Amino acid sequence: MLNRLLFLFLSLIFSTSLLAGPQNHSRVIRLATTTSTENSGLLHYLLPLFEKESGYRVHVIAVGTGKALRMGRDGDVDVVLVHARSAERKFVAEGFGEHRFSVMYNDFVLVGPRDDPAGVRSAASADEAFRRLGEGKALFVSRGDDSGTNKKELALWKSAGVHPRGGWYREAGQGMGRVLQMASELGAYTLTDRGTWLAMKKGLDLRILHQGDPMLFNPYGIIAVNPERHPNVNHQGALALIRWFVGKEGQEKIAAFRKEGEQLFIPNAQPSELALLKP
Amino acid sequence: MTLWEATDHAMRLLLGGDESLWRIIGISFKVSGIAILMATPPAVLTAFALAWLRFPGRRLLISLFSTLLSVPAVVVGLTLYLLLSNQGPLGDWRLLFTQSAMVAGQVVLAFPILVAMGHAALQSVDQRAWETARTLGASFFKAFLLVLRESRFGLLAALLAAYGRIIAEVGASMMLGGNILDYTRNIPTAIALETSKGEFAQGIALGVVLLLLASTLNGLLHYVQGKGGVSTP
Repeated sequence: MLNRLLFLFLSLIFSTSLLAGPQNHSRVIRLATTTSTENSGLLHYLLPLFEKESGYRVHVIAVGTGKALRMGRDGDVDVVLVHARSAERKFVAEGFGEHRFSVMYNDFVLVGPRDDPAGVRSAASADEAFRRLGEGKALFVSRGDDSGTNKKELALWKSAGVHPRGGWYREAGQGMGRVLQMASELGAYTLTDRGTWLAMKKGLDLRILHQGDPMLFNPYGIIAVNPERHPNVNHQGALALIRWFVGKEGQEKIAAFRKEGEQLFIPNAQPSELALLKP
Repeated sequence: MTLWEATDHAMRLLLGGDESLWRIIGISFKVSGIAILMATPPAVLTAFALAWLRFPGRRLLISLFSTLLSVPAVVVGLTLYLLLSNQGPLGDWRLLFTQSAMVAGQVVLAFPILVAMGHAALQSVDQRAWETARTLGASFFKAFLLVLRESRFGLLAALLAAYGRIIAEVGASMMLGGNILDYTRNIPTAIALETSKGEFAQGIALGVVLLLLASTLNGLLHYVQGKGGVSTP
């Protein structure tokens, strides 16, 4: 009996190990990106189309913008798709990335409990909304993870002249989805990108309380890791992916992506940049 | 979504053969299977040396492996991440964010369990078994096999415990594998991701698989230990 059990156990292990297929690395593109592009379902919709056309396999590693850029800096990925303009500029200026291409944008929205205890619904600007939040009458959940959304939130506090400290300000250190859930459970406010919001709002007890201020603009950029700094990255693959994202088809598909009938991202590749990509 | 709705939805995903769900389960079993296969032979040899041979530093090694038992998985993950990163000493291998990196992490996690539990099992074998075998002219290797046979229940218990630990482990797999869909997304990292997205049904469905696996392994473990108890004189 014992022998039979042992045999069963070992054969289970063996049969599963035999499924191991070797991965051809030049056909694999490693893309570090933000949780917003992954959690909203955009990449799940776009990448199979690209993979089918190009024959590449794209491995998506979804983390915050800060960590994604860090992976690019270390050469652990081939290309990054992120949303934090100033951090991206620094990444390219320091020679870690080649060139930043505009891909698309959406915007951030301030969400919170329906009864709006801090009264941000009537605020005339993002600055005013954040000033009212800064009075500390209601909880605010911050991503606190150095992501693009987190960087944007900190910039908004700064612009509003608020130093966010105290019991009302909670740093979660988690992804967007988890933070929205926390805000919903706590009856707190938070800043979210519209994509993740639309994808998740069904299960949340939150409302959009402030939107539309130009300061809440959220542009995404795609950058190939510099092959001069890391010769072993898949630079050809990275360029192929960028070419597709900023090209006609990728841009059309981004515009066509819908969640609950709403468009999540607006494509904005710059024609002037495309010249840099001609083979 | 209530717990009941989520569980109901989860069951339908599992029984309906939801393809992406089963692929995640397959990756989990494959990675942990390879890891346990790679870890077991050297671990058993180490355990044997610690139990039956006398050499300087033996006690130190024993306490080292006991200490390693309680090292958190994220620490193992972080250490290997720094080693395997392109900037790290093993960066040229390009192993970060691959299944091989996950296997490496799980081997490191499984090894101390196999050694510590294997050591205890081998040590409990009667010294006379070895001496008798050697006196009767058995080679060193034959006598080694005899000792392994005598302690097979304890060794199998070590194997099952190690397998149970690594297949349910999330920290190292997340860091080293990167949670890439259809490649390095296994059961625990998928649960973490689905939960963060608010997709509780998927999370519960995968949790049920882990629960079933854990109870099967535990059942086996009890059965094996019961057997072992009977066979000891």
